[in-house]
Amino acid sequence: MGVALTRSAQWTAAGHGAKTLEVTPLNEAIVKEIIMFVESFIYKYPQEANYVFVEPLEWKTNLDPSAFGSGYAVSGTTVKSEEADKNGEPLLYLSVPQIKIRSFGQLSRMLYIAKNMKLKEAQACIEANRNPVAKILGLDYNIISEKIGNSFVSNILDKITKDDDSESEIKMKIALQLKQLDLHLLNHSLKHISLEIRLNPGTVKNDIELLKQFSGKGKQTVLESIEYTSDYEFSNGCRAPPWRQIKGEICYVLVKPHDAETLCVTCSKEGVFLNGGKTDDEGQINYERKGEIYKDLVTLLKEKSAIFSENMSKQEIKFSEQPQKDQPNEAPKEEVAITHKASVTSRKSTQEKNRINLGRSQLTKRLEPSLNWRTSVSSKDRNTLRDTQVEKHGGKLEKSRSSVSPGRAQLIRKSVEKIEEIISDSSSESEEDEEQPDHRQEANADLPSEYWQIQKLVKYLKGGNQTATVIALCSMKDFNLAQETCQLAIRDVGGLEVLINLLETDEVKCKIGSLKILKEISHNPQIRRNIVDLGGLPVMVNILDSPHKSLKCLAAETIANVAKFRRARRVVRRHGGITKLVALLDCGKHSGEPAQSSLYETRDVEVARCGALALWSCSKSYANKEAIRKAGGIPLLARLLKTSHENMLIPVVGTLQECASEENYRAAIKAERIIENLVKNLNSENEQLQEHCAMAIYQCAEDEETRDLVRLHGGLKPLASLLNNTDNKERLAAVTGAIWKCSISKENVTKFREYKAIETLVGLLTDQPEEVLVNVVGALGECCQEHENRVIIRRCGGIQPLVNLLVGINQALLVNVTKAVGACAVEPESMMIIDRLDGVRLLWSLLKNPHPDVKASAAWALCPCIQNAKDAGEMVRSFVGGLELVVNLLKSDNKEVLASVCAVITNIAKDQENLAVITDHGVVPLLSKLANTNNDKLRRHLAETISRCCMWGRNRVAFGEHKAVAPLVRYLKSNDTNVHRATAQALYQLSEDADNCVTMHENGAVKLLLDMVGSPDEELQEAAAGCISNIRRLALAIEKARYS
Amino acid sequence: MNRKKLQKLTDSLTKNCKHFSKFEVKCLINLFYNLVGEVTERQGVIIGLDRNAFRNILHMTFGMTDDMIMDRVFRGFDKDNDGCISVTEWVYGLSVFLRGTLEEKMKYCFEVFDLNGDSFISKEEMFHMLKNSLLKQPSEEDPDEGIKDLVEITLKKMDHDHDGKLSFADYEQAVREETLLLEAFGPCLPDPKSQSEFEAQVFKDPNEFNEV
Repeated sequence: MGVALTRSAQWTAAGHGAKTLEVTPLNEAIVKEIIMFVESFIYKYPQEANYVFVEPLEWKTNLDPSAFGSGYAVSGTTVKSEEADKNGEPLLYLSVPQIKIRSFGQLSRMLYIAKNMKLKEAQACIEANRNPVAKILGLDYNIISEKIGNSFVSNILDKITKDDDSESEIKMKIALQLKQLDLHLLNHSLKHISLEIRLNPGTVKNDIELLKQFSGKGKQTVLESIEYTSDYEFSNGCRAPPWRQIKGEICYVLVKPHDAETLCVTCSKEGVFLNGGKTDDEGQINYERKGEIYKDLVTLLKEKSAIFSENMSKQEIKFSEQPQKDQPNEAPKEEVAITHKASVTSRKSTQEKNRINLGRSQLTKRLEPSLNWRTSVSSKDRNTLRDTQVEKHGGKLEKSRSSVSPGRAQLIRKSVEKIEEIISDSSSESEEDEEQPDHRQEANADLPSEYWQIQKLVKYLKGGNQTATVIALCSMKDFNLAQETCQLAIRDVGGLEVLINLLETDEVKCKIGSLKILKEISHNPQIRRNIVDLGGLPVMVNILDSPHKSLKCLAAETIANVAKFRRARRVVRRHGGITKLVALLDCGKHSGEPAQSSLYETRDVEVARCGALALWSCSKSYANKEAIRKAGGIPLLARLLKTSHENMLIPVVGTLQECASEENYRAAIKAERIIENLVKNLNSENEQLQEHCAMAIYQCAEDEETRDLVRLHGGLKPLASLLNNTDNKERLAAVTGAIWKCSISKENVTKFREYKAIETLVGLLTDQPEEVLVNVVGALGECCQEHENRVIIRRCGGIQPLVNLLVGINQALLVNVTKAVGACAVEPESMMIIDRLDGVRLLWSLLKNPHPDVKASAAWALCPCIQNAKDAGEMVRSFVGGLELVVNLLKSDNKEVLASVCAVITNIAKDQENLAVITDHGVVPLLSKLANTNNDKLRRHLAETISRCCMWGRNRVAFGEHKAVAPLVRYLKSNDTNVHRATAQALYQLSEDADNCVTMHENGAVKLLLDMVGSPDEELQEAAAGCISNIRRLALAIEKARYS
Repeated sequence: MNRKKLQKLTDSLTKNCKHFSKFEVKCLINLFYNLVGEVTERQGVIIGLDRNAFRNILHMTFGMTDDMIMDRVFRGFDKDNDGCISVTEWVYGLSVFLRGTLEEKMKYCFEVFDLNGDSFISKEEMFHMLKNSLLKQPSEEDPDEGIKDLVEITLKKMDHDHDGKLSFADYEQAVREETLLLEAFGPCLPDPKSQSEFEAQVFKDPNEFNEV
């Protein structure tokens, strides 16, 4: 199944992390087949089912442990199978959510248990285990099983007799089974693929069959001969060998027109094109595409042979008569009602269509034989045509459904398609139409004169020699290529194919001309996709190797335009484009080249610039960033950054900025001393350059050392002064971002205060787009960590706009705003303002925000608010349902939320009345449940909360009852002194209860606490000592009781 | 030719031809005499490459195929119009042909394209030069229609003063806008590949003439 999984299954494109299977019918079918195989395995091959895999198949399951019944040991969140291997390890081991399975028997059983979640589980398993065969059989057997495919049984027998222990025999059998499954899956997916394609084997076959009828000697026939290259027909109707079928090729045909050489044609699902021809010696076909793709055989032949198109138009009249003749013969054959209906509808539409066809051939033949006829039909005709298309489409759907069951339906299908294929040229066209209906229609509705002129030029491109081609290219360049009409016109008249084709020639001038046009029209997103679909990118990537600098430049610039979407970027990488583009950056190396340069040449700097431009586009994909780094791009970019050409700097900084999202880039940027130059360019005149530099600093300043570097190179002042220009919002967002990240360092904040940046930032709190606001507020949040700055913000009236922002919905913004407001609330004076503006209520309501980050941040902000508010207890109580909300947040599974909520509760609990309320809401059991954590931050705040909550009623006893004490003792083993202090205090509070003392003693608290007594932290000392004394006192009391 | 004379010729040519070094001039002179063959120098007989020999070189070395253009290139080289390319003409011609500046090449190309030498490229001349540039479409009624159209396109693109023919000024302006139009009516300059091959072959082994 390895081959089938890697080749046929449709994986989602590479992104971060693991790939997943796309949800397509084909994938579902494959997974279902695999499930069937596995499920039946235990019955069909009981012996093999016990075989233990070399490595377990492991994945994240959604199965509940409770679903496992007899044969399994279920305990809490883990399940072990009773079945075990030689070493006693269970064959199935589930520890929520990870599941490990090591035999087919267990796999079968698991699927049985999974019931209606089978499909999900199987998919998860396949996604997590990309090479299951290797895991099952071990790596060496994986290779062997590949071999089986080539030299079948003999090898296996050899293998078995050679090492005749039973295990390897079983392994071999399994390998064979898997191989068979693989073949089966491949066949299955082929069946699927062949159903989806545009030209299917059926239509092609009938096309050819019909052309055969009208071929032969004599002038009336359309062709001299037409025949297949291969007589063998696969069950799916294809004649191409299976490895070509994967590429969508159906069959190969040799066609001899009256007025041309024999043509060797490939029919594939994409269309029909000339291939490299049959090589004489071995009868092998050169599969490579040589001509452009036509939508079907008839169109291709019309283009290649004049006599064919002439005779064809005569024959069309005859064709249209034929179906009626066939009708009586057909009737008895029709066994299935559905197919009957299908054939009727399609026949009807055929007739209608033929009428139009006739009209067309008379109408347009004189004007322009090679024209797409629909362009000349009036809109009224189009409407009727569309109706017939819809009708026909319905018929076709049914037909393809019937074709799933081969054999019986075959006969009928043929007769149906026989009618259909006559008009097959327009039928495939109509499908294309459905794909992109919007723009074709637009083009048809009102064809501008440019359309016709471009069409003519494309004709000269196709049929001209080098000189004519260059003239046509130059003339085409004079059109307004920035205009969508022209861009689409070039595409619609088949110009893209020709332009890309020209790139594959040896003519430098043609290549230059073609690239100049492609470069312009590739600004259009649709054209980009078309270029990629037509395989233009690999050709351009190859041109990057050319010795001609101007060619390199143009190719790189075009790639820069095309690689604006993910698939294109992937193609560039796959064809080694990144390495070549990086090589373009290396311009200084060849400085010793001959002074004289050829006519069409440009300077090295220009080459590097274009390379950087293309890399900039490419660097938007994660894998490409990695590829650029591996190709050694960073030192080169760093060197280019030292130049002073703005045109060069923008793409270079753009690339760096894009890549700086990756950790190892940031390290490299630091190592290459790039920051210095980024800072230098902040002072440039160019706004775009400033923007990208600021953006790069924003990305890189996550790192403390980098922040210091920015300061040391004097970057803070230009950043602060750029704040004053607020017209360019993109730049403002980048600059404020850089300021935000830089202000994480205290020294930087001091500088910013010197430059009066804080006042300016406060001014930016209103009337700015969200991207800017997020950064501005983030920066203020960092600045607020210092008293002086908090005063400045209050004085400038920054608190009001900050509190106003608490009602937003942007997650990132809310996180920053809550942080800033929280920081301000540390100042009692500011707190008064916040309270007056009802900021606490707003913060509190953010605890209901769905994003955990916002929740946590809001909760942290509430802590200083409660601390500093006057009459805090009353204020908290005034929020209806507020306390219950907070207590319930303890059920969250986000550690940060839990820690922050604990901190809030600590503050709330300072008020006795509120403590009583939250105790009623069940805070004690919820806190106790959290005790088993390893997260030091959570431990600290949890311990503080517990010690605070002990102050009420019988909470001390309750914590003991809910088993919170023993885990707390373990906190003392942590490495964090803050945790120690909080824990010691909590234990001190808890030790007021005798039972808790016993638990602590049992868990070895005394020794740990004794160590704490020696701590330099006085609070910790005191708490630890207090706790020990409580424990000791109890011991004494017991002794006393015993002796008296 | 004796050594002294050769030395003198080399010196004078090197002085007048700025695109070649002395060594390169020497190589070209050698090549010239190799091509011409051992002809004894006599008074009144011009030593040089005749039309056929030159066309042969253009075809074999620089891959040119168009007879008419090759004739015109010969004319371009043969400055004194005596039907024969002398060694001086050979070196001067190649200087533009291989290393010419854009200005020189424009001038040269314009002369090549200006078939009748009236300082204009007329519609008829264009038609003449382009007549084989399109595949004949058998379906078309007038096989020349495409060519005529191509001529119109070219005129529209290059004829800036709209007088229906190309002056050198028209041509120059068009080429400066788009260098691709330098050889608008047919290849009359070597393509970069054959050029570098030729230069590599002719200017090889500098040690042998190490006098520069």
